[in-house]
Amino acid sequence: MAESDLKGYSHDPGASTALVTTSTNVLEHLINWSRRSSMFYLLFGLACCGIELMQTGGPRADLDRFGSVPRATPRQSDLMIVAGTLTYKMAIRCKLLYEQMAEPKYVISMGSCANCGGLFQLSYSVVKGVDKIIPVDVYVPGCPPRPEALTEGFLRVQELIKREKQKNKFRPKRDSGETGTGYDVPEAV
Amino acid sequence: MALDQLVMTKFGAGAGEEMILNMGPQHPSTHGVINFVVHADGEVMKKAVPQVGYLHRALEKIGEIVTYPGFMPYTDRIDYLAAMFANEGYALAVEKLMGIQIPPRAQYLRAISCELNRIASHLISIGSMAMDIGAVTPFPYALRERESINDLLEALCGARLTYNYHRIGGVAFDMAQDWMPLCHKWLDHFDRILDEWDRLISFNEIFVERLAGLAVIPLPMAIDYGLVGPNLRASGMDFDLRKVHHYGAYPDFDFKVPIGKAYAGAHRGGVVGDCFDRFYCRVLECRESVSIVRQALNKFPGGEFMAKVPRKIKPEAGEAQSRIESARGEMAYYVVSDGGERAYRVRARTGSFLAMGIIEEASKGLMIADLVALIASLDVVAPEIDR
Amino acid sequence: MPALSFENIHQILTKQFGEAIGPLQPAKRDPFCTFAPARLVEICRFLKGQPELSFDFLEDLTATDHPKQNLIRIVYHFYSYPHRHLFIAKVEVNRQQAELDSVESVWKAANWLEREVYDLFGVRFTGHTDLRRILMPDDWVGHPLRKDYSEAGGYRDISNVRDNPLDLYLSMDRQLKAQQAAPEPAASPAPPAEHQPAEKPPAKTGA
Repeated sequence: MAESDLKGYSHDPGASTALVTTSTNVLEHLINWSRRSSMFYLLFGLACCGIELMQTGGPRADLDRFGSVPRATPRQSDLMIVAGTLTYKMAIRCKLLYEQMAEPKYVISMGSCANCGGLFQLSYSVVKGVDKIIPVDVYVPGCPPRPEALTEGFLRVQELIKREKQKNKFRPKRDSGETGTGYDVPEAV
Repeated sequence: MALDQLVMTKFGAGAGEEMILNMGPQHPSTHGVINFVVHADGEVMKKAVPQVGYLHRALEKIGEIVTYPGFMPYTDRIDYLAAMFANEGYALAVEKLMGIQIPPRAQYLRAISCELNRIASHLISIGSMAMDIGAVTPFPYALRERESINDLLEALCGARLTYNYHRIGGVAFDMAQDWMPLCHKWLDHFDRILDEWDRLISFNEIFVERLAGLAVIPLPMAIDYGLVGPNLRASGMDFDLRKVHHYGAYPDFDFKVPIGKAYAGAHRGGVVGDCFDRFYCRVLECRESVSIVRQALNKFPGGEFMAKVPRKIKPEAGEAQSRIESARGEMAYYVVSDGGERAYRVRARTGSFLAMGIIEEASKGLMIADLVALIASLDVVAPEIDR
Repeated sequence: MPALSFENIHQILTKQFGEAIGPLQPAKRDPFCTFAPARLVEICRFLKGQPELSFDFLEDLTATDHPKQNLIRIVYHFYSYPHRHLFIAKVEVNRQQAELDSVESVWKAANWLEREVYDLFGVRFTGHTDLRRILMPDDWVGHPLRKDYSEAGGYRDISNVRDNPLDLYLSMDRQLKAQQAAPEPAASPAPPAEHQPAEKPPAKTGA
């Protein structure tokens, strides 16, 4: 075949994978759409932000319209919203809960206490930021953040999932892919 | 040999029947991060030992690091559901140390904001109690009403949950001119909501039967263990600090204090001091708070909303204690000053701390599902316990 | 049922116990008096049992640390529901050998309150049924509310410092300026640093 006959197809290496890439694209879109449209979040309300988390799931700022319902157990949830102050005593349990969640899992750090220790940075018993022990995808600032702010954070996680590439997802050691979860598989506590 | 005979001979009679389970610290009730080590024999518990400290944020130590006015946002976090009361208690303690009298308009603003916050706190308490028992519907009703209160308080002071509204010497902001008609309109609406609530859940046959006669705390036990607030009143004690101590603007108002009277009814096994009494006392307190806010708005005085307070708050060396009737009971602040800008010791004694102490005793013989009802009826909230 | 004043209650106590009751300190705003530690439980039983006193509610049991005087003062607030009066008392213990009798046998509320004082101040209460830490983790070292408490550098591999994001931005600024100052023909000025998360997740998580 003359080269001109191949016009219209990609000439870069992996041209034969163009078709595969296209259909993977559709599959990726489908997977990402289904994942982001039904994220079950773990009720991990620790402190004051937990009340605003409840209000966000409540009647006015309704998180259920995005398809997400609160779950009490980490085994059934994909999203962990760390709402409130994390103390050293609770940090071990937080890690345990994170490890009990199944992949793919995402973490929203809600409120200043979870972001960086908040106004309790002066305290001797507060972990200064939940990202010292678990990887965080979205940080929502506020003390406590309004339900609108938490909804925005939730939508950002949905955006992250929308842009995920599945080829990174099935390797045991993940690099810092698009979701920002640049952790090795942590060893058991 | 049958299996149970084998077990009994090998391990002793009754051995191998007790399970030690962990309930918490993350569990789907809204009472915060508290852990219960439950010693259970099947469904019936031998006892449930609470473990606390998962939200210990060292507020009392921070009280020694920041200045007196700087500690006010931290008092919000001592009890985030009833933050106005925590603010007021601390402000009263420091004002007592400095000898400041606050003007009447400030006292009325404090009373109005506190009573609205009491309604909001009780809404969460009774809504989540219904949800813990299994009735999921009342909880969004409570959240919906709480959103309206949050709007009102946001218009008053700018924040929805942790208000930082009361200051040493008065309050931070004055009421806007169109706030009062909004509040009146909401109070009229809320009266109808309380009637709807009674029809939905308070006099719901299933709900009442579930809670009647459950986890009875007799009055001597309640006093000995240090219960306060609606828990103590539900056990039969007629004691409300608003009536006894005459602090703030409360002497100007006329309101009743609901006491436990076995509201479930004797035919259902209701006893003074059971879970339903504690629940229903809170519902009645909501009604009383509505009446107090109405009276306060009708009698609202003019004048300043903040007393003349020096720029740097430096009380003389000494100590003062203030007690207020918070939504969860009596909250007492004990502030020790050494004459400097920072306190020497700040202590907040809250109602939930000792309510946890009674759970080990009151849970003997209950079923695991009843433990949930007991905790919910005592209305504990984790930051009050751990501070 | 009359409410007695501080002075009356103090008089009744001194008549009964004599020297074990210290003088009534007219401390600013809230007077208190000091009990001798040796007869504490006896005095408390008297406070609870005597009909004209009947302090049936142990309102608060807390402590203040005074390193300069080498003392820890345990503060008791008593309240009586029948008479509606209040009393405040303090007991002094040595800071190095902080031991005191427990009043749990008088008021059950003292159980948790004394555990808290033990946890945060290190005062051992003899006769307490279950003296262990309540607010801090069980393997915590030190008693935090003492004035000379200093934090260990974290707990079980979780460090207790957090980098200030301002330092990160300042170092990025310095790098940018260094790049712009050094003459490099190929390099164009780097674009302004985009917003990066303040703390990159560490490569190895602590256990």
